[in-house]
Amino acid sequence: MISLHPQKEFVFPIIAEGINPDVFQDKNRGEIEELEIWEGNKQKKLGELFKVKETGTEPQQEDIAIVIYGDLSRVRRIGAWMKGGEITINGNVGMHLGEEMEGGKITVHGSVGGWAGSMMKGGIIEIHGNASHYLGAAYRGSSQGMNGGRIIVHGNVGYEAGAYMRKGLMKIYGSVGQFAGFRMHNGTIYIQKDCEGRVGACMKNGKIVVAGFLESVLPTFTIESIRKKVKIGEDDVAEGPFYRFLGDLTENGNGKLYVLKEENPHLSTYERLL
Amino acid sequence: MELLIRNGFVYDPINSINGEKMDIAIRDGKFVQKVNEFSARKIDASGMIVMPGGVDIHCHIAGSEVNTGRLLRPEDHFKDFERKTLKTRSGVGRSIPSTFTTGYRYARMGYTTIMNPSMAPLEAKHTHEELNDTPMVDKATYPLLGDWWFVLEYLKDGAIEECARYVAWMMTTTKGYAIKIVNPGGLEAWGSGRNVSCIDDQVPYFGITPREILRGLCKVNKLLNLPHTIHVHTNNLGKPGNYLTALDTMKCVEDLSSEGKPAIHITHCQFCAFKGSNWRSLTSGAEEIAKYVNNHSHVTLDMGQVIFTDTTTMTADGPFQYTLYELTGNKWVNHDVETETSSGIVPFRYRRKSYVNAIQWSIGLELALLIEDPWKIFMTTDHPNGGPFVYYPKIIAWLMSRKAREATVQKINQRARSRSLLPSIDRELSFYEIAIMTRAGQAKALGLVNKGHLSVGADADVAIYNINPETTDPSTKYRTIRKTFRNAAYTIKNGKIAAKNGEILEHVKGATMWLDVQVSDPIKVTEGMKRRFREYWTVEYENYPVTENYLEISHPIAVKADV
Repeated sequence: MISLHPQKEFVFPIIAEGINPDVFQDKNRGEIEELEIWEGNKQKKLGELFKVKETGTEPQQEDIAIVIYGDLSRVRRIGAWMKGGEITINGNVGMHLGEEMEGGKITVHGSVGGWAGSMMKGGIIEIHGNASHYLGAAYRGSSQGMNGGRIIVHGNVGYEAGAYMRKGLMKIYGSVGQFAGFRMHNGTIYIQKDCEGRVGACMKNGKIVVAGFLESVLPTFTIESIRKKVKIGEDDVAEGPFYRFLGDLTENGNGKLYVLKEENPHLSTYERLL
Repeated sequence: MELLIRNGFVYDPINSINGEKMDIAIRDGKFVQKVNEFSARKIDASGMIVMPGGVDIHCHIAGSEVNTGRLLRPEDHFKDFERKTLKTRSGVGRSIPSTFTTGYRYARMGYTTIMNPSMAPLEAKHTHEELNDTPMVDKATYPLLGDWWFVLEYLKDGAIEECARYVAWMMTTTKGYAIKIVNPGGLEAWGSGRNVSCIDDQVPYFGITPREILRGLCKVNKLLNLPHTIHVHTNNLGKPGNYLTALDTMKCVEDLSSEGKPAIHITHCQFCAFKGSNWRSLTSGAEEIAKYVNNHSHVTLDMGQVIFTDTTTMTADGPFQYTLYELTGNKWVNHDVETETSSGIVPFRYRRKSYVNAIQWSIGLELALLIEDPWKIFMTTDHPNGGPFVYYPKIIAWLMSRKAREATVQKINQRARSRSLLPSIDRELSFYEIAIMTRAGQAKALGLVNKGHLSVGADADVAIYNINPETTDPSTKYRTIRKTFRNAAYTIKNGKIAAKNGEILEHVKGATMWLDVQVSDPIKVTEGMKRRFREYWTVEYENYPVTENYLEISHPIAVKADV
């Protein structure tokens, strides 16, 4: 196991693509300290910004575990493109965490900045605090969003979570901002608490489950039925009953939006359309 | 500064030099008979190929539509960027690189002259600003004149000479190089949401046909003695069955060619060589087009080869881009440029496993291989419409090696594979023919007197590639070909070593070539004309012309017209 401790309080953005189990593989402490890392517009050595400690087993193990302590809210792109191994962060972390990752696991005991898990293809990201905007979304302009893997957030999430999502599962145990599942193609988003609105705008397919309060459903969704329970992922079921809406009709979409009946008595007017 | 390139295998098709071992001498940016052997800087090119600098007849690298494409596609820049170095500036972009990067990448491949093929006259200033910022290459741009109201009106009245005087004025005003015609009549129709379906369809309001526009502008081109022919993007582009339209377009100016000189250039011909009645029954019309071109001398073509990759399509053909948008459901930019033209942009991914895309890929190569005379067909991808220009080495490998083609044919859509003509074509091009298709032929078709050859007095633009034609067999070593043409061993621009083995050594500025068309009775900008500007354009006349001091390095080419 390798642990990293910031040497100072960061003022400038740090681009830390190098903090990645695949990169650390087969490297000893000295080599890890020599890895290149950008601080603002200056190229630095990882050892200059972080104190590197080796603990536990030898570094040659199959899956490297990296543990980071401290406030990393200015550190970006940790675990980007990672294929395996594990990163644990005890503190807040900055933007682009686990961008385009393909495997492995990232656990954050704190909050994360925007674009966490954006365009990820596999692996797990578990966030015990809040996540900011564009969780698991596509890069600006791109239509290739999250394409596999799982994101679990125990806190609240900002706007456009799961935009352009194509595959995978996003479980949010808190509330979300507007436009969750925007232009979603497939995959599943589960929101346990409230949802600010415009959920599933322009979705083509996929599933969004809102188990909290949703003020209004977009007018381009039609109610289809009431379901007792909904399957979430492979092994989880949310108990309803849920209103099941289909949409977004502006895009000829066939996405499924489930809204918990119990929390949303104001949506009962839809029942007469059934 | 003197430079001596020694012992290279020289390919200079304009002077019929085919792989002879010889020395090339350069002084002050021009080729000379000889230089002082002791004081001149020497480049040892033994075992290497020496060719004139590459010329690209058709690549969208600057202007409003290219720039809008850049804005439309941040994801295109995201994964491809170049850091600044001591010599070069930073830049981004895969299919639509920023201006500096465009110049550097062309220079790395050994290209030194490139032509930006579509400039809405209204956007001329923008285009020239971007061309100013495209280093390493000499460049020129073609104004879109096929749907300009002035042209349509004079052609409607049959006033060819009057039309010619206006075209001459426009060429000089916008600092253009050739007459570009895109979907003649169709763009004007697009202004009211329509299109034309064949070259004898009427254009709304003006009541003339694409045939009259093509013939009219071809006559104008001849009257003005412009160095290049009319540069035509045909009607019905990108529609199944359009090879007939392409043939009609070529046939309609057949009688306007004199002394066997070309009268028309059909650009990105791949996109207008589709046979079949719908997308499912689409097959290649390359055979018919090649047969026609082989029997006629008034046509030149460029390939518009498709590369299997993600790219951005952009043309002035608004209705075609709308069709593409409907096909893909991708994001789309549509623009109607006032009284002049239209424009559209749609990102697109060509897929190997898509039947249509695989057929398109096949058509481009079929055209290049079935047309016997390499002076009639040139290598382009219609950058970025068929794919980014950085893939040229891949096309060279396909053209030079049957094996390379077979390797790709194995990977394409199965139905397309069974219908493709490629497996039945054995032809493999030589280095000499590649030199024609990538530089000499293009320079000749463009009428560039000082480009595309190594004669004494010509501009000293040279590309040296590290491959020995005596020991390397391109048909089997296609990977080596690809690698070699990706990074020229040396790119010499204006007698300066601009790039070496993929590294930019010097930030050389290129000139902007434009035609100074001298007519005996130039048009006067009357109050009436200014009033029309006020009524129909969003700019006043005074803000319209591109003055010469607008160009960073201006290279006017004087043309004496017959009117």
